[in-house]
Amino acid sequence: MTFEEKLLELAISDDRIIVMTAENRAAIRNLPSKIGDRFIDVGIAEQTMIGAAAGLALRGRVPFVHALATFLTLRAFEFVRTDVGIGQLPVILVGGVPGFLSEANGPTHQAVEDISLMRGIPNMGVFCPADATELVDALPQIVASGKPFYIRYNACAPAAEHRMPFDLGKAEIYPSNAAADVADDITILTYGFLLGEALKAQTLLQADGFSTRIINMRTLSPIDENIIIDAADNSELLVTLEDHFQVGGLYSIVSEIIVREGVLSNVMSISLENRWFKPALLPDVLDYEGFTGEKIAERIRKRIAEDETMDDELFEDFYSLN
Amino acid sequence: MSLNDRKYHDLEALALRVREHIIKMSTDGGCFIGASLSCTDLLVYLYSNVLHVSPSRVDDPNRDYLLLSKGHDVPALYGTLAELGFIERSRLANHLKTNDSIYWHPNRAIAGIEFHSGSLGHLLSVAIGIALDIKLRGGTNRVFVILGDGELNEGSIWEALLVAASKKLDNLVAIVDRNGFQANVPTEELSPLEPLAPKFEAFGWSTKRINGHDFEQMEDAFASFDLGRPSVVIADTIRGKGLPSIEARADRWFVNFSHDEVEQLLEELHGGRTTALTSETLMVR
Repeated sequence: MTFEEKLLELAISDDRIIVMTAENRAAIRNLPSKIGDRFIDVGIAEQTMIGAAAGLALRGRVPFVHALATFLTLRAFEFVRTDVGIGQLPVILVGGVPGFLSEANGPTHQAVEDISLMRGIPNMGVFCPADATELVDALPQIVASGKPFYIRYNACAPAAEHRMPFDLGKAEIYPSNAAADVADDITILTYGFLLGEALKAQTLLQADGFSTRIINMRTLSPIDENIIIDAADNSELLVTLEDHFQVGGLYSIVSEIIVREGVLSNVMSISLENRWFKPALLPDVLDYEGFTGEKIAERIRKRIAEDETMDDELFEDFYSLN
Repeated sequence: MSLNDRKYHDLEALALRVREHIIKMSTDGGCFIGASLSCTDLLVYLYSNVLHVSPSRVDDPNRDYLLLSKGHDVPALYGTLAELGFIERSRLANHLKTNDSIYWHPNRAIAGIEFHSGSLGHLLSVAIGIALDIKLRGGTNRVFVILGDGELNEGSIWEALLVAASKKLDNLVAIVDRNGFQANVPTEELSPLEPLAPKFEAFGWSTKRINGHDFEQMEDAFASFDLGRPSVVIADTIRGKGLPSIEARADRWFVNFSHDEVEQLLEELHGGRTTALTSETLMVR
């Protein structure tokens, strides 16, 4: 079932649902003829769309609003924060082509601070589906939450079979090849379509002898804190992998949690550090930016080698002092 | 007293009481007095003669909505709501106090306030959403939005004007409190708005222009609205209306008067002599 089909199914059974767009119909092209007046296209007017969605929500509706992720979260940010956020209204924001999925559009279209912005709004949910299956499975729970939600839209084909049904606020684990009572060498925390690349990296790293656990976060707000704390306690190296600026995304979330909990951990961020990415077609972006499974594995191996060198130097300093 | 004077006597008396409340809120922290006094007559008229809403109907889905988009004039709305029984009059004494939640901009937690505002250029869009839902449900109630003239600088207003016209929202009525000033200077000195009515007409809105302190003109303007398109009423008003010592002055936007000045201003409101205001109580925020 596609996102559009699921949205139609929900709209048919729940007349609170309104589908809105700021002239971005890619994911909802067939809905106008099927839901009539409950499909509202405001034109290229993201601010008015969000304000109007708040007005509809005040009247008891649950609007799904669609625009490209950059324009939805940046152009209309103050409307999201002030009308939807302060109002605590159940408006569901669907941001198209987030992160690397904007491919060759260039920096104007690169939503790589969207999570940082949306999670900064009190009680705003943030859902980053790994693929079309997860996207569709989550929708009923998101509607039922009654909260404002940001969906980092991703309808890619699944890279692997899911291991756990969607449960809002719970992450999904792809365990390592180590015995259950042994700590893992590596845990990679990720979200969105990069789950597929993380799983490729898992295969490669485990072939090298590093037991590697993959965690698909699914929602970044609410965040599955227990799974992060457990990974920090039971991994030699914790990796956060994301197509987002390092500031404000998963690396920041993990840092906040482990500092607050006082969990000592070796954390490596694979993200965009203080810059936009090279615009190109997706496979080329991943290769150029070092986010393919192979390149992720290579970066992690290099980090482990550096850590070991550092450890050796520390030992040498220790012994030379004594 | 002429026939019309008698007809509008009660409205004038009500407006006078609302202005008293506004003046009393202009001390101990102060308020945006100029913009509050300019829209007082409009709010009094709308709540008395136009809006289908009452203290017992604040949650009725079939009520008329009034949204204050230029939220800093909220003392006029709180004064009106208090006089009409939506909230206790005594509550206005809690203005800016932590034992209540009546602050410089509208708070939806207070009965009769439909939505929060303060950031300019938002509530015309929110009103569109409410008006769309009323249409979807086949309702006949209306949504009124008070806009400031300075607020028309915001691009989101013009975005919303296009959208409202495209959706043929004839249950939506915008009212521009055209008091001629934005925060620091006359509107025409910064980003000139005139000719204003043709702008709204060009955007597909039914447009009327009236004196925003003349109840007779309000009666005509709000008696009926065009079908098939949204309406705007541009109401020419006077910033600080009712107090000659602050009327139409650029430096009377946000004020924090002394208790003595408040006493004098209350006398001035009732025809007493012009108050001598000290510069320290006049602020530009």
